[in-house]
Amino acid sequence: MKKIEAIIKPFKLEDVKDALGGIGISGMTVTEVKGFGRQKGHTEIYRGSEYTVDFLPKIKLEFVIPDTLVETAIDAVIKTAKTGKIGDGKVFISAIEQAVRIRTEEKGEQAL
Amino acid sequence: MIRRLIPLAATVLLLTSMMLRAEDTNAPAAAAPPAAADTGPKPDPAGLATGLSVDAQSPNGPFVVSAPADLSADDKKDPAKVKTYTDAKKAFDDYTAQAKLEPLAVKLSDSVGHNRVAINFMWTLITGFLVMFMQAGFALVETGLCRAKNASHTMAMNFMIYPMGMLGFYLCGFAFMFGGMADPLSPNNGGIATMGGYGGLNHELGFTIGGKFIGLLGWKGFLLQGAGYDSAAFALFLFQMVFMDTTATIPTGAAAERWRFSAFMIYGCMIGTIMYPVFGNWVWGCGWLANLGANFGIGHGHIDFAGSSVVHMQGGVIALIFAWLIGPRYGKYDKNGKLVHPIMPHSIPMVMLGTFILAFGWFGFNPGSSLAGTDLRIAVVAVNTMLASATGALGATLWMWWFRTKKPDPSMMCNGMLAGLVAITCPCAFVSAGGASILGLIAGVLVVESVFFFDKIGIDDAVGAISVHGVNGAWGCLSLGLFADGTYGDGWNAVPGPVKGLFYGGGFGQLTAEFIGVVTCFVTLAVLSLIVYYIGEKLVGNRVSKDVEIEGLDLPEMGVPGYGGMVMDKQGETPMMKGDA
Repeated sequence: MKKIEAIIKPFKLEDVKDALGGIGISGMTVTEVKGFGRQKGHTEIYRGSEYTVDFLPKIKLEFVIPDTLVETAIDAVIKTAKTGKIGDGKVFISAIEQAVRIRTEEKGEQAL
Repeated sequence: MIRRLIPLAATVLLLTSMMLRAEDTNAPAAAAPPAAADTGPKPDPAGLATGLSVDAQSPNGPFVVSAPADLSADDKKDPAKVKTYTDAKKAFDDYTAQAKLEPLAVKLSDSVGHNRVAINFMWTLITGFLVMFMQAGFALVETGLCRAKNASHTMAMNFMIYPMGMLGFYLCGFAFMFGGMADPLSPNNGGIATMGGYGGLNHELGFTIGGKFIGLLGWKGFLLQGAGYDSAAFALFLFQMVFMDTTATIPTGAAAERWRFSAFMIYGCMIGTIMYPVFGNWVWGCGWLANLGANFGIGHGHIDFAGSSVVHMQGGVIALIFAWLIGPRYGKYDKNGKLVHPIMPHSIPMVMLGTFILAFGWFGFNPGSSLAGTDLRIAVVAVNTMLASATGALGATLWMWWFRTKKPDPSMMCNGMLAGLVAITCPCAFVSAGGASILGLIAGVLVVESVFFFDKIGIDDAVGAISVHGVNGAWGCLSLGLFADGTYGDGWNAVPGPVKGLFYGGGFGQLTAEFIGVVTCFVTLAVLSLIVYYIGEKLVGNRVSKDVEIEGLDLPEMGVPGYGGMVMDKQGETPMMKGDA
């Protein structure tokens, strides 16, 4: 099992969700987050004073899937979340030891 | 409990100091003939006798001609006085003869006069109600420009200044400001001229120098009792009270987001009782500034049609002193005093709605200051007011956009519109449409530069109140001395001839009078503000602690958040300094 964490632009959430649903991913967790990457936010000006918007709003999407689905899922995220401009986000993949569905106590891939 | 007693104690203290003041000022006044304390016209609480045939006016003057006073033996030697007397006597005789032929017309003129005064009453009251609504505008502008975590505190200050200021003005402020407007010693003592000419408020404290009366403070009409219990005086009270409350609510914006509520309440006790009425008396209560023209030949004296200096500059100077002494909000400047982070507004829609409410209320503020619906100049006043608001907004927007920051800053658009309105407030009745537009445009640029200046020198004004009301209040007064076009104001402040500014061949007289008024306003209010600030500082402390400021004043000070049930990014609203605990 692998956990995919995708940081994406907020307005891309619907597209990514639909694409993931299309390849059979049945659940995900979404969080509103703020952060920055290589471009380090941007500056704005209010009443003559410049200020930096360091942390830009992003969406963090988390889902755990069987190993077989990983490549397809990453492709789907990249294809739908890409705009080609800076700030498109990142995808992180990590291994998951165990998963349990609380209601039925199913374990492993059965629980996903 | 102690804290609860503080506003009361402050009031007692204030009244005590006032008694001392009265005795002080009374001493020189004793040299002059004693001002009438219990004499003078009878008040008319029911309004039945207010507005009679003498108030029936034609374009050539009053319909009823009264008999001239007999000449003394000395006067009979002066040919000019004899001629005036003879002319007046002939007019009176002609009128008497005519009245005998048309007795019905004389009776009708009572009704005409009463209706004329009634129109003026209506106008004054309704425009007063419009000005009262400006309190809502101020509350929205100030709160919108502050952070969400201080919304309930900023709103509460704007709310409570209305009752606090009003009660102070009722207690003694009105008497101080207008109690001497019909004092026989003052050259300009017409009483409440447009509302039946009530002359019961006729006791001005002051002194006489070289035969010229220098009025300092009114002294009649306390608690609207006695001479104050008159329908015209009540109409004047309502109108002037809402003006005072406009001044009162200006400093709450400049010192917002850090002013302890109890210290604010002490200020609330002081503003309507004494801070506002002193300078107000000098300009509108027939005090010495209004009489600069009649006494010393300086223009028409200090003219302020609707309150650029009396209302706005007073508020602006108090705002300046308080914002300066209380210090900048935490997080805006670094430890070396360098501006590092602007503090963001939490609701621009609220700011813009408030600005529109203010612009609407200004149609009461300026045209209402005629105190006369029968003075048709009100149309000119209203149009000048709206033109200056437009050019002020446009001026500020374009100046920001093209020359200052490359973005047309919505908060500055609002400041610009208000700056134009503040500037036109004084000259609105005396300038042409072109003059109004130009002086509004200048106000729009001035407000931007002024905001930048005060930010640079480290005086943190949360809403731009110093720049909008202080700087442009001064500009408004001076602009009257420049742009007054000589079509209005004949006999203003008991000086014959219309009001003319420098650009219309009026010379420097009026400009000088305006300048003296502006300087006097600054000095007087700076001193009064310092005193009131230090009273608050000694009794409760003006500034909340740093912890409270970072947490937001809503919960620690008021006990309720402005936006209950919403998750707020309080840390995000206050940028923390690096390495700061």
